[in-house]
Amino acid sequence: MCGIVGIYLKNKKYNKQLGKLLTGMMNNMASRGPDSAGFAIYNKSSKFKYTVCLQNNFELKDLKKLLKNKIANAKYKVISDHVVIESSSKPEKTIPFLKSIKQIDLVGYGKSIEIFKQVGNPKDVVKKFSLNKFSGSHAIGHTRMATESAITTDGSHPYSTGEDECLVHNGSLSNHNNLRRTLVKDGIEFKSQNDTEVAAGYISNSLKNKTSLKDTLTNGLKDLDGFYTFITGTQKGFAVLRDEIACKPAVIAETKDYVAIASEFQAMAHLPDVNKANIYEPKPGVVYSWGS
Amino acid sequence: MNFDLSKKSLTEVNSFLQKIDPKSNQREFVIKNPLGNHALCAGLQDEVQVTIKGHVGYYCAGMNKNANIIIEGNVGTGVAENMMSGLVHVKGNASQSAGATGHGGTLVIDGDASSRCGISMKGIDIIVKGSVGHMSAFMAQSGNLIILGDADEYLGDSIYEAKIYCLGKVKSLGADCIEKEMNEKEIKHLSSILKAQNIKADPKKFKRYGSARNLYNFKIDNVSSY
Repeated sequence: MCGIVGIYLKNKKYNKQLGKLLTGMMNNMASRGPDSAGFAIYNKSSKFKYTVCLQNNFELKDLKKLLKNKIANAKYKVISDHVVIESSSKPEKTIPFLKSIKQIDLVGYGKSIEIFKQVGNPKDVVKKFSLNKFSGSHAIGHTRMATESAITTDGSHPYSTGEDECLVHNGSLSNHNNLRRTLVKDGIEFKSQNDTEVAAGYISNSLKNKTSLKDTLTNGLKDLDGFYTFITGTQKGFAVLRDEIACKPAVIAETKDYVAIASEFQAMAHLPDVNKANIYEPKPGVVYSWGS
Repeated sequence: MNFDLSKKSLTEVNSFLQKIDPKSNQREFVIKNPLGNHALCAGLQDEVQVTIKGHVGYYCAGMNKNANIIIEGNVGTGVAENMMSGLVHVKGNASQSAGATGHGGTLVIDGDASSRCGISMKGIDIIVKGSVGHMSAFMAQSGNLIILGDADEYLGDSIYEAKIYCLGKVKSLGADCIEKEMNEKEIKHLSSILKAQNIKADPKKFKRYGSARNLYNFKIDNVSSY
């Protein structure tokens, strides 16, 4: 099943309430995915942000020791078992170093994105990460009912395989093993056996080759076999795509202040002015995008 | 009588409406703040009029028998699925599988209906004033699907004996679905359904589609295969 949600703010009116709005959306989708939950929040910074997850009781002080003199002027924000490291150090140098530390797991990086995900009921997960306190320009969330891989943090969405990129998915892909092998040859790294991570890698690989997000997703219609509603986030906004059979639900509500998308209207029923919103379903096989 | 779903639980409201006291003259109800809840007004069996003020979730008015249910908003998947009789009127848009497997009664959708509208319908009349999505009337067995707008791909795929009338453009027909003659008898039949719902549309301008009967009929040519 799984629940997916996203909100893109067209102006600054609700910037400070972004996390609060997404909290309500994720709580209402808990019934669609009680196994794990995650979200990506976009809030632009002048520096790079690296979100890492601490493994096996590894502590912040240990991490700080390891990163001393390796990452320039690092600032640390700790929320539950995740740490957002803000620094001017560029990804080319920083990422290989962060990946070499076995006690941490790099969840995502970029100048805007912060990603948090954990196993457990979405209502508990959003509380642990204090999602309602976040501000930003746009955000994407996921509540997971596991099908294609184990119930672990690695198997949780959103998946990020490129700078400021992320993907959430409701559905299942049937050609992910084959596609993973092809993408590995192109230098894309995967952490899990999950089908969605392959779709995220497919998108990153295409964007890396300077294909636009819209063209990437249009090509995805023929390259990705299976059922899906995707929300893919970039630094500037997000895009939505449903497969051509369109069994996996999605509904969009658009007002002058925001665009919201969710698996069910129920997730959006609490949003401001939603009863005056233009509400419609994204058509099958058509790419919808905002900001990006 | 009014219900407010932000104050009362879905189960309380549904249970009340499912067991109306036969002696009661209280037959009109309004539900406020539906908040996208699923299965609202499912399984109503009595002659009541219910008005829902807002958007609802999946399977609204499912299995309806006798009730007259008006939704002043959009509906999710499977509105009026397996309806037996009565009327369900959606003033907004409907998601996929509207009127699925409906046996009887009338479903009116003022806006658009998305994919698989009237899938496996078994006698229901569905009137969509807007357009319908792909694979509408898939395996439809009986009843009438009337579309005042356009129809997306594969209309009437694997259709049995349901009738489809479409005023707008049909993107493509599904397997074993063909255009059929719109004769006087058909015009009269369509006219009576439209008139019953006060819908002003010229029945002569509709095209009719139905089964070519090649797919579900046994062909004597194939007898040697068995």
